[in-house]
Parts: sequence; structure tokens; C-alpha cells
Amino acid sequence: MSENNKSGLLRISNAPHIKTKDTVTSIMWTVVIALLPATIYSIWLFGLKAFIVIAAGILAAVFAETIFQKIMKQDITIKDGSAVLTGLLIAMNVPPTAPIWMVVLGSFFGVIIVKQLFGGLGFNVFNPALAARAFLMASWPVYMTTGWYKFSDSNVLSSTLVNSTNIPQKAFDALSSATPLGLLKEGPKILADYNLSLDSLNDILFSSTMLKSLFIGNVGGVIGETSVLFILLGGIFLIYKRIITWHIPVAYIGTVAVMMLFYYTVNGHSTPLVASLFHVLSAGLFLGAFFMATDMVTSPVTAKGMIIFGIGAGLLTFVIRIWGGYPEGVSYSILLMNAVTPLIDRYNKPKVFGTLKTSEQE
Amino acid sequence: MAVTFSGGVHPPENKHISEGLEFENMSIPHLCYIALQQHIGAPAKSLVAVGDIVKEGQLVGEASGFISANVHASVPGKVVEIIEHPSVYGKQTTIVVEAEGEFQSNYLEKKPWLNSSASDILAKIKDYGIVGLGGAAFPTSVKLSPPSEKKIDVLIINGAECEPYLTVDDMLMRTFPSEILEGINITLKVLGIKKAIIGIEDNKSFAIKTLQKALNSMNLAENIEVKGVKTKYPQGAEKQLIDSLTGRKVPSRGLPMDIGVVVQNVGTVFSIYEAIVLDKPLYERYLTVSGEMINKPGNYKVKLGTKISDIIEECGGLKGDPAKVVIGGPMCGMSIHDMEIPVVKGTSGILFLSAKETNTGDYSPCIRCGRCVAACPVGVIPCDIANAVEANRVDLLEDMHIFDCIMCGSCSFSCPAGRPVSHFAKLGQQMLKK
Repeated sequence: MSENNKSGLLRISNAPHIKTKDTVTSIMWTVVIALLPATIYSIWLFGLKAFIVIAAGILAAVFAETIFQKIMKQDITIKDGSAVLTGLLIAMNVPPTAPIWMVVLGSFFGVIIVKQLFGGLGFNVFNPALAARAFLMASWPVYMTTGWYKFSDSNVLSSTLVNSTNIPQKAFDALSSATPLGLLKEGPKILADYNLSLDSLNDILFSSTMLKSLFIGNVGGVIGETSVLFILLGGIFLIYKRIITWHIPVAYIGTVAVMMLFYYTVNGHSTPLVASLFHVLSAGLFLGAFFMATDMVTSPVTAKGMIIFGIGAGLLTFVIRIWGGYPEGVSYSILLMNAVTPLIDRYNKPKVFGTLKTSEQE
Repeated sequence: MAVTFSGGVHPPENKHISEGLEFENMSIPHLCYIALQQHIGAPAKSLVAVGDIVKEGQLVGEASGFISANVHASVPGKVVEIIEHPSVYGKQTTIVVEAEGEFQSNYLEKKPWLNSSASDILAKIKDYGIVGLGGAAFPTSVKLSPPSEKKIDVLIINGAECEPYLTVDDMLMRTFPSEILEGINITLKVLGIKKAIIGIEDNKSFAIKTLQKALNSMNLAENIEVKGVKTKYPQGAEKQLIDSLTGRKVPSRGLPMDIGVVVQNVGTVFSIYEAIVLDKPLYERYLTVSGEMINKPGNYKVKLGTKISDIIEECGGLKGDPAKVVIGGPMCGMSIHDMEIPVVKGTSGILFLSAKETNTGDYSPCIRCGRCVAACPVGVIPCDIANAVEANRVDLLEDMHIFDCIMCGSCSFSCPAGRPVSHFAKLGQQMLKK
């Protein structure tokens, strides 16, 4: 018998008899590879601690999937890379100094509760990594919102704060260890607590130096959101490899940019464009738009649906950041859009060839 | 940019295996298995009995109904058996002819046809058993006689050959350009119209050039146009090709004649030429033999009724055990397990595929990546249809436009989970028809 066909038996099936080289497994691992530049940069920036957090997240996710499938007597699917990806994304969504047990719990929650209990890969309603992040945010908000990387001395913010005289050490620490978006939301409050006035806070945040720091990745934030540059590289790689399409990231980031520009212009801000870019480059919008909103299982199947999804997530992010209680809104926006994805798919069907109207009759 | 339709996929073409290989005549098979159904519609009725001596081209099966086709003997010889024999259309009555004696005609003498009436020509197309040679094998005479309320204004000649591996239409266009053009002229006369467009995928630039040259030298450029279309599957699907070439869209669940179009394959117009000009019934055809597992791939002229096993022998045998043997192209063709199946009128190719070339059949749950949606040329949501069929929700299928599916297989091809999406759609159509 030839090595081509060990059984020597002919296969019979319906057409077609050829298929694309892409598999679910190759897609998942390609996304993991696309996240590597950002991951490696974060480990370089945050050190061994971040590496341990990432490793713990991944191992816990893989372990959770194995255990669950063993207990349920299912085939073990850890090789498909989906659990690895979920674990990696969960680790990227916590602060660099997050306690290991919390990351492990997050991975268990994401894999078992959000993914496997709904039927496993393909059946989950919500993105497991984001749902896990929401779970951690609700359960241990302190661990999830502190322990940021401190703005280094070379950072524009620190030097300005030092220059602005007479700031108590505590206030300095509070200000310099917040994330840029946190500072935007909480900064005035912190300053008021210490009876300080710093009119130029907005000017510091909405500056070209700040934009540069955000883009390169020299600011506080969760492990994965720090460097827009490396996230963008990974995202472009995914689009080039045709793993994702441009629709969701462009619609999402574009909507945030346009809405912010509109908001700051209407409010008479002096540099609305810089303010808008500050929001675009801040706090995981790129990570969310390229790597989590594009999660295939939980986003629409049509190109038009993906654009609606992106715009919806963009609007929600805008609303949460400007009027909401949280400094940033990427994860909740995407989770909310996950929930409406079945509706988008139901009411937004492509035009069937040779029909006059789209087919929304149901 | 070449014209095209929306959706579709671009599978690896793999045409290089047999591209440009000149047609070779396959030997006369010792036993010829002439199936009485070689077309869509009712099987023909046998006109011969065991022991009869037949000539090549002799009518041995008579059409039995409006949608049916005559069947002719492909070799001269003796009817040794009339048996139930496997074929691509299931087990059916098959006349087995043992080849003996001489071929009596070489079909070289050209007969004038310009003075024949359209109805005489149409009658001959019917008598000579011409069916669509692109694969579907729909009786050509039926297609060429649309009801009088349907006003036809353009004939489209399908030279897209969008199926991977197949090169037979390409080689027909390269080898017989003037014959094909004359066949088109005959078809135009039958339809009583003036305009024809030949659509060819732009990966066949040599065929496009050859036909264009013949068109100019025959002074036919006024009525017949050669148009390159983008190389994309399923460019050769009737509705998609019409859309690409004319921008007209066949209505949902309608036919090309509803928008004034008749489509014929290049192979079919070539056989119309042979029938009308050379007075030759359809008893042999050109086809592509390809795939990694066959020793001598190429383009061959084969007598209908030649068994696949004979063809394997003729093509130097197999390199090993193929994983799949496919009749037709890899996207739409049929996988077979029985090498005793004979070549019929619709057999455009025979592929011997290695395990590396073909799919394994394993699949996992849908991850809703939307690739099938982007690939679907008719705009249904293939993954939803497949999931509904898998869940036995037959009630949902009609609203999902399942009957608009043209079974091109683009969805299954593009599915990273390996799901047999178009298979589920076919299953769903059958469940609904019950």
C-alpha cells in the first residue's frame, strides 16, 4: 500500500473534494503568533513578573480545558490552540503585578464557565477572555486596577509633575502610577484631594509627546495593552494572513476616533484631534479591536454585520469613557456587542442572488 | 480588471498537470459499456437485443420523454449483454458492446448547413443525442427551444472552466477555435439571434488569443465576442457567468431564459458543430485525466462507455492507491469507488487524487468565522443552513433560501473546520422535498 493512502480504500464523499489549507488549529496558532511581539515587549518592559503571569494564564487555561474534557469524557482539544489563546489574552488583560491565583482563576472561569459550559469552541456567546476580565474586575477590582507600571522618569508626565512644584510625594505617586485614561478620569479628583490645582493636566495628557509614549508603549496599563505599535503589527499580520478582515478593527477604532473628535470639538477643546488620538491609542483599544472584537465565534458572519459590530462597540466605548464610571470601556463594549451579535446576524442578511430585497422575513 | 461576480473562492488551480498537453486518442475499449442514461432526465429505451450487430454511431437507445436524450453506439461490434451496471447516475441498464469490425466513417466531409432550417438543425441536435458537456448533461435540444414567450437575445458560451485540474475546454478552444465558432454560428441560427459572448477565465490567455484570432479571420467579430473573466470559482456556474458577462441577474429560482440568455458550454457547441457539419452523433468526448496518482495525465478523446479501469491502464496505471477518484472537477465532481463505471456524456474529467490533494472528511463545530458567507456566490448564509440541517431544523431552511444554493461547494472549500457545508445544504434540500 502506498504511503498516501494507508488503508488502500477509496474515500467517498459529497463534493467538493478539496479544501482550504486553513484549519481552526492553524487560525488559533496564527493569532497566538500575532500576539507574540506585544507579549515579548511586555515581558521586556515589566520583567519576570509579567512572564510568570502570562505563563500561569496559559497553563491554567490549558489545564482547565483538559480537566473539563476529561471529566465530561470528551476529546481533548487543547492542541487546537484555542485554550492557549484564551489564557494568553486573559493574562494580557490584567495588570503586570496581578496575583498569580487571580489569573489562574480567570483562566478557569474563561475556559470552563464561558466556553466549555456553553458547548465548547464555536458555541460560546461571549469572548472567554473578556468575560474572564469582567469577572475579575467585578470580583477583585483593587487587584485589577492597581499595580500599574509607573511612569518612568523620562516620561512626559513625571517631568511635568516634578516641574510643577510642591506636589506631595503621595500625590505624585497617585498621579504617576495611574494609567493615562485613569488619570484623565481620576486626575482632577486626586488633585482636589491634595488641594492642588494643575490646570495643565489635560494639556499634558493631550500632547504629542504623550501620543508617542502611548504608541511606543511607555505608559501604565494591563500587560497586553501597553504598546499600540506591537499590537498593530500583529493585527496587520492577521489581516495579511487573511485570518481576520479589516471590517471590525477599522469600524471600531474609526468610530471611537470620530466620536471623540466630535465630542472634543463640540466642547471647544483647543486640540480636539490630539485628544481624539489620545483616546484611540489608549488602554487596549487596539488590543480589543484587533484581537478580541474579531473573535470569530462571538462576532457577526457578514462583512456588513462586522461593520455594525465595530461601530456599536465604538459608540459604547465612547459613551463609557466619557460618561461612564469606568475610565475605559473596551472590554464591556465588546461583551455587550457579543450579546447582540445573534441579532445583527439575524436582521442583517446578505442579498440573495437574483432577489430584489434582502431576506429579513422570519 | 476582468469582469466577475461577487463571492467565490480561489482554490489552487492545479491545471499545470495537464495544461497544454495535446489531445490523444484513447484506444478502442474491448468492451464498451453504453449506459442508457447519460444525461439529466428520463433514461433512453434500448433499441437493440443481445446478439445484434451495431455500427459506430448507430442509435441504440431512444429518448423516452421530453427531457431525455438518444444514445448511440460508440464502437462497431456485437451486443453481448444488456445488464444492470453501475454508473455515475446509479445502477442502470447498460448495453455492452464487444468491439469488432471497422469504423466506417472518418467524419471528414463537411456538409453545408446554412440553408437548413432552424427546426431541422434542432431536430438533428436532438437525434444525435447532444447534451451539455460541461458536466450537468442537460439535453441541448431542450435548452435551445425555450418557450416562445421567453425572448432570447444573447447566447453565452461557457469557456470559463473554473474547476481546478480540468483543462479539456481550454484545449478544445486552443485546438478547434474555428470549429467552435462555427458551432456557435449554428446555435445562433437555431435560437434566431445574432449575439454571442464567449466567457473565458483570464488564466487561459492562450485560448482567449486563439479564439480572438479565429474570430477576426472568420469575420465574425461583429456578432461574437470573446471576453476574459476573472479567474475565480465558480465563474463557470451559469448564473455567475451571465452576471459577470452581462450584469444581468437570473431571478432567484429562475432560469437564464427568464432574462433572455441561453448558456452553452464550449464542448457542447463543438459537438453541435460535429453533429451538424460532420453528421456525427455524440458517441465520444474529450476529457482530462489528472491528479497526482495517475502516471500519464493529459487530455484525451475517449469513446463513451470506456470504463475507468480501461482509462487507468491506458494512462500508464496508478502511482499508488489514490485517496479519492473523482469524476468531473474536484469542486463539483463525484467521488466513486467502482472503477467499472463507464465514461458518459457528462464526464469532463477523471481525477486520481492523493491523500495530500484531497480532504479527509473530519470536521469540527462551526466557529462562525464567516468565510463561507464571504465565499457564497448566491448570498445565503451557508453556516446557518448547515447548522440547521445538523440540528434537524427543517422548518428554518426555506427562509434561509436553501433552494437558491447552486451546490458549487465554495462554502465547504473555505471552511477551516472542514465542515461539509454544501453537503448539509444538499441534504436539507432533499429533506424539504420529501
